[in-house]
Amino acid sequence: MNAPVDINKASAKFLQVTAEHLAVYMEACVRCGLCAEVCHFHQASGDPRHTPAYKLVPMTKAYRRQSGPFAWLGLAPKLTEKDLTEWEELLFDTCNMCGRCTIVCPMGIDIASMTAAARQAFVAAGLGPEDLEQSAQNSLDHGSPLGLTVDKLEERIDWLADDYEVDIPLDKGKAEVLLTISSIEMMKYPDSVVAMAKLFNAAGVDWTFSTKGYEATNFGYLAGRADIAKAMVERIVAAAEETGAKTVVIPECGHAYGVLRWGGGNIHGKPLPFEVWHITEYLAKLKREGKLKFKPIDGKVTYHDPCQVSRRGGAKDDARYLLESFKEFREMEPTGNYNWCCGGGGGVQAIQRSAEIRYKVFRIKMDQVEKAGADALVSSCANCRLTMDESKAHWKWDHDLVSIVEALADAIDGPAAAKD
Amino acid sequence: MELLDFARGPAISVALAIFVFGTVWRLVALFGLPRMHDLSVPRPGTPGPIVAGTKEIFRRMWPRHEFSQLSMFSFLNGYVFHIGLAIIVFAFAPHILFLKGLTGLHWPALPNNVVYAVGAITVISLLAALIHRLTSPVLRLISTMNDYFSWFITLLPVVTGLMAASHLGARYETLLAIHILSVCALLIWFPFGKLMHAFLIFISRGTTGAFLARRGIQF
Repeated sequence: MNAPVDINKASAKFLQVTAEHLAVYMEACVRCGLCAEVCHFHQASGDPRHTPAYKLVPMTKAYRRQSGPFAWLGLAPKLTEKDLTEWEELLFDTCNMCGRCTIVCPMGIDIASMTAAARQAFVAAGLGPEDLEQSAQNSLDHGSPLGLTVDKLEERIDWLADDYEVDIPLDKGKAEVLLTISSIEMMKYPDSVVAMAKLFNAAGVDWTFSTKGYEATNFGYLAGRADIAKAMVERIVAAAEETGAKTVVIPECGHAYGVLRWGGGNIHGKPLPFEVWHITEYLAKLKREGKLKFKPIDGKVTYHDPCQVSRRGGAKDDARYLLESFKEFREMEPTGNYNWCCGGGGGVQAIQRSAEIRYKVFRIKMDQVEKAGADALVSSCANCRLTMDESKAHWKWDHDLVSIVEALADAIDGPAAAKD
Repeated sequence: MELLDFARGPAISVALAIFVFGTVWRLVALFGLPRMHDLSVPRPGTPGPIVAGTKEIFRRMWPRHEFSQLSMFSFLNGYVFHIGLAIIVFAFAPHILFLKGLTGLHWPALPNNVVYAVGAITVISLLAALIHRLTSPVLRLISTMNDYFSWFITLLPVVTGLMAASHLGARYETLLAIHILSVCALLIWFPFGKLMHAFLIFISRGTTGAFLARRGIQF
């Protein structure tokens, strides 16, 4: 952005977001550098600036100057415009907030939380990648980051319902379950929306989409715009209240799940009036209850753990329960909570200038898949899928990328499958 | 007043006072900041923050095998000088006497020669840590004066202690006074720099342990 950088606003925001636990993290870092060794951006670039602990510098500087235990001495250096402009790329383009550094840190510092808080200060100063900020603004103005307005939503649901001959309820009135959409799915992977509808219909779920609140991804949070983050959460709350849904299901989108499931109540200001489930958690529940059965699925596959579902979400096991349907499933190394990230989470996918480093990051994933001897890579996040699809095209990689929901929808076993 | 009297008297008293009040102040200042009350609903069946936080303090003592690509130098060398420092401080007979004077508590000491050997290993380990910090591009970039000064102020009492024990370079009384003054410098610096991680490690590990457990994340 070309607007002047407002240091005072950044400092004030840093002060506002520095809760006790973040201050502890800033104080505790011993700068051992282990976080660099597990960060995919550092692995891909070899650039020491991509060390996760290095990202803490502006926030730590502002904290020490303003509210640290010895701030009253006035000796700590001031935050400068250079600090902010130099660190913008580090906090936005090369951090997925995936938390891999968190699990290796001997001090237990959660750098992902720090990045989310720091981004707010950068945006307050007038910084932040324009395309990411625009995605957040689109969410506020048009309902979704990719321009999925209410009209487009209705139009595309009509089209999908007709074309695939599947019942896709929208604003059906009262429903037990409110299903949300990642606009990436609706605009780029509509089969995934159809698949969710088929699965829910097959299981006899009383569900609906709502025009009042349909976008699951929260670019307000990712872009450091707390106002937009709140507006997006409030829309889903309003939709759930209108439909009477006590369950909100997040589609294949890791960050959408992370923000609403674990941050939604904090953004809303009180506990959410409904339960939040990721689609893999909900499908696993339906399978456990015997409402969904699947035929065996062919192919040698492995699973890419979306960071916000597994490492930051605690839901890695449900995905694996669903993956039992694959005849030849094999884990990659490392896997589960230790898996490498796709490189596109945390809004990085929306930042065009980060494409080159995302491609480099994807080479780690390619290597993992090949070593696992898998022909296809299954995931449960449309954002991961889009990131990996683009990188796959860049490297002309010949392995398949598969949505777990789509694969399961094609393998529904039982009379309900025939209906759709 | 002789230098040794000064070191044993007002210097160590003032240093201890700064250490205690500085450390308490730093912790009070931290705990005085606004706390975030997490309004998310914990995953059912997960342990509470106390249990999870305590487990996390122990879990992070060694990296998981999943991180096999990690260079183990930092971990191994870190353990060497931390354990070395602990042995020097708590298992050397004169130090136990000093601590007994402060707290009334005492315990058996290790033979002096063993502690001297540990002292030498600790110095080598600290030097290795410095070389690693200076030669690693990542560590060179992220290191601050705080890191280098904290390293120096940690090394100093070990070196001066070894010199005093071996009567190397000056009169024993002078060497002992310098050693005590170097300990004073460490105590005075402790609350202001990264040495505070000796206390903060429990808080940061515990906080993250509670955070992860709430979400049902298990390692």
